[in-house]
Amino acid sequence: MDKVEGKAGEFNVTLIKKPRYIEEEKCTGCGACVEFCPILIQDQYNQNLSLNKAIHVYFSQAIPLVTYIDPEHCLFLRDRKCTICTGVCNKNAIDLFQKPERLEIEVGSIILAPGFEIFDPKLRNDYGYGKIQNVVTSLDYERILCSTGPYEGELRRLSDGKHPHKIAWIQCVGSRQSIPGGNSYCSSVCCAYTQKQVIVTKDHDAKAECTIFHNDVRSFGKDFERFYQRTENLPGVRFIRSYVTLGKEIPGTKNVTLRYATNEDGVKEEEFDLVVLSVGLTPPDEVKDLAEKFNIELTSQGFCKTNSVNAIETTRQGIFVSGAFQGPVDIPESIVTASGADALCSQLLAYRRGEMAIKREYPGERDVSKEEPRVGVFVCHCGANIGRVVNVPSVVKYASGLKHVVHAQEALFACATDTAKKIAETIQEKGLNRVVVAACTPRTHEPLFRDTLREGGINPYYFEMANIREHCSWVHAREKEIATRKAKDIVRMSVARAARLKPLQELNLPVDKRALVVGGGVAGMTSALSLAHQGFEVFLIEKRSELGGMARKLYSTLEGLDVQAYVNDLIRNAFQHPSVHVMTDATITTASGYVGNFATTIKTGEMIKEVRHGIAVIATGAEEYKPTEYLYGQDERVLTQIELGERIAKGEERVTHSQSVVMIQCVGCRNEERNYCSRVCCGHSIKNALKLKEINSGMDIYLLYRDMRTYGFAEDYYREAANKNVKFIRYEAEDKPRVEMVEEGGERRLKVTVTDFVLGAKLEIDADLLVLSAAVVPPATNTELSRLFKVSLNPDGFFQEAHVKLRPVDFAAEGVFLCGMAHYPKNLSEAISEAYGASGRAVTILSRDSVTASGAVSEVHEKDCVSCGICLSVCTCGAIEFHDTPQGKKAWVNPVLCEGDGLCTAKCPTGAIQLKHFTDDDLIAQIDAAVRED
Amino acid sequence: MGQFAEQFDKGSVDSHAGDVMVVGGGISGVQASLDLASSGFKVYLVDKAPAIGGKMAQLDKTFPTNDCSI
Repeated sequence: MDKVEGKAGEFNVTLIKKPRYIEEEKCTGCGACVEFCPILIQDQYNQNLSLNKAIHVYFSQAIPLVTYIDPEHCLFLRDRKCTICTGVCNKNAIDLFQKPERLEIEVGSIILAPGFEIFDPKLRNDYGYGKIQNVVTSLDYERILCSTGPYEGELRRLSDGKHPHKIAWIQCVGSRQSIPGGNSYCSSVCCAYTQKQVIVTKDHDAKAECTIFHNDVRSFGKDFERFYQRTENLPGVRFIRSYVTLGKEIPGTKNVTLRYATNEDGVKEEEFDLVVLSVGLTPPDEVKDLAEKFNIELTSQGFCKTNSVNAIETTRQGIFVSGAFQGPVDIPESIVTASGADALCSQLLAYRRGEMAIKREYPGERDVSKEEPRVGVFVCHCGANIGRVVNVPSVVKYASGLKHVVHAQEALFACATDTAKKIAETIQEKGLNRVVVAACTPRTHEPLFRDTLREGGINPYYFEMANIREHCSWVHAREKEIATRKAKDIVRMSVARAARLKPLQELNLPVDKRALVVGGGVAGMTSALSLAHQGFEVFLIEKRSELGGMARKLYSTLEGLDVQAYVNDLIRNAFQHPSVHVMTDATITTASGYVGNFATTIKTGEMIKEVRHGIAVIATGAEEYKPTEYLYGQDERVLTQIELGERIAKGEERVTHSQSVVMIQCVGCRNEERNYCSRVCCGHSIKNALKLKEINSGMDIYLLYRDMRTYGFAEDYYREAANKNVKFIRYEAEDKPRVEMVEEGGERRLKVTVTDFVLGAKLEIDADLLVLSAAVVPPATNTELSRLFKVSLNPDGFFQEAHVKLRPVDFAAEGVFLCGMAHYPKNLSEAISEAYGASGRAVTILSRDSVTASGAVSEVHEKDCVSCGICLSVCTCGAIEFHDTPQGKKAWVNPVLCEGDGLCTAKCPTGAIQLKHFTDDDLIAQIDAAVRED
Repeated sequence: MGQFAEQFDKGSVDSHAGDVMVVGGGISGVQASLDLASSGFKVYLVDKAPAIGGKMAQLDKTFPTNDCSI
């Protein structure tokens, strides 16, 4: 990055493209140069735990899969000494004289997503890291566990290559520390990734003894509490709540001892084979330079300074931020803010959408239905991924002898743009009407090759993929001969199936450009306004008579935002925007349709209206649990945190004049009935405690907690509360605080009894106010809504996203999105980010003129249908219904709704329902070929 | 940096125009780029490393599904 000029809408960025010393278009990633390069260097990708060459591919699945020369180590670039690589490259792709290139790029807006670095424990010599070989960071350990890591997926330790058996993890290394060199914030992700590493370790070695030394266990994410329990319940796993110091490295075995203390046993020293430091996240070094060039401000911690409500906005207009540059966040948040940044760019640049897009043109489709099958087979080396194990030329030779095969050839990299083009040309030149690519997985590459067939002028469903990588070379890396035989078997099966494939037609369906947003809280309103700003018409419906949702009951955030003013502004904007149609007191009575074409009927009072829309966003929020415990509802001094917030805002005397306040965390959750953490309550109680201390610094505040889960920057407020003498007392789930009403001398005292683990004694507190941090619970109406829109709920009653990590605001049902507390409890700014994220994802559909429905869908042969209805009951997409025919009721598949999962075909007792592209005939031909060579 | 590697070709400047530049090719940058491209915008994705993927590409598996990270 050289310089950035201009302003939002017209930035001019000058970049310097560092030389790779490789011509990217020519390199096929074959790896020959890597093999012959004489210089070994440490492999950065593997955390310097293994060696690579000075010329190398960054990692085996790298994109782009082309080599790169490390100029610091290359003999030629250092001393003009060696040119072996140029000699072995038969593509002439190596250019040792390549120079840096200067690029000028004009863009309308910019998204900064530079990510994070891990905390370096070497800087302070934490736990001897860097000196003691068997002390590694969690990222080192990640590489050690990985099949592409230094030990090819075998769990080994550095000092002697032995399998470590007794492993310790130390949490919060570099995080939650207000000492020099440490980071005061909580890194948010380490508790979770450590639990993952423990589970994966136990998969490697079921007898491994795993010990986690921790402070609070912060399992605040969706389903994280269950994951924590799953880890804790594994045999041989100990969670020990203790600070840890390094004992020593034992000479000879090189084992490491750690000293820790428990309430039961006092100080102990214990020996471990391997110690993993759960290091936190820090901003990358280069962000200071980045901030200067982009003229944006950073926080004192070195992260991007963002708008206090919209964490995606930087201090400069037109420049947005996503991912861990905002602060320490997990993968789903990084995705949410990415889609959110997309929405904000799209709001800014809506006027020029599509102007620079490139439209694809395809040749006309040749009718080959009358021709004999003419199969072309392309066997891919996948760089060295397949070629290193499977003898590709021998597979090609074998394939060319198979029935129907008229052409077979190898490809170094079948998915490379130039190879795909050559395949398309070969289809035309040789008159191929079926294509088999023997390469990797259809999950990622089938769409690409189907496109290649369209380029070649034949129906894309004449394509068949033989997976000889995941199913062969990767799993049989050490058995080359057998792997080659298996690759031939797989290819033979694919050719047999390909010969029977039929052309299928895809359906192009127009997209209704309007959106429906269900729920008028902050998430719903933000999402609706964002869609409107991106140029789409929105129906915003709310079941209550007013917009605002849960935020109407909130007065401030931990960071000091005036929530009421913010919400009122948002409500005004929602009502005023000409493209947002607000409906209150509204309930949905029916919903039908599919992506691009939904029809939903909405009842407001006596009026019933049908709304047509292309997408829907579910933003129905959540509610506060009404406690049944701790005398709530029986004594007016017992409140919830939300009620306390309202009373503080109103300056109620009972609250402001209280001398002793007790807060109890985890009321109504982290229990059997609600086995999840409500995520927001720890921050919420800290906020209220600080407010109370502001009113009366002498007030005694006792906060009874199980784990303080003030993740991210909220940790600083937790520390502030502790410094202001808020007393934090930890309790165990099995030994909850007891609350009693005690009558004494005509006075009714509220007595709270709790075990203090530090003092080892029962503590009795007289409370003027008892504040319950009540769980966040999903609204009961979610069940009905999930049925109407055919989206699922998780076991706790929150909506279930398509993928917890990678598709956090999408539903599995296409065209329906979610945001805010409908997904899971979250704070205001997280809900706002998600709202932008959902609208960003929604516009990827709304901005299209049509959506394509797959041709590989189920079809009913009516004469065989016995109307049993089993297919209807197993279909998860609601695609099958009965319709009347002269022969009675028969099942009918709506091709638009069918997702092609084949559940119905597996269940149909008469074989009347068949999944096109996966018919019984296709599959039987494939299976026959597996067992019969001819 | 190798002593012969630093010379800079000052003569040529390549000019390009697009809608959005995304700086950083980790999971967040890649997602933002894909969403933008699917919404009708031309994107330049810039990364300092020789391949995109960022930190997530270094992870063995991801929590809580324990799916492969790549």
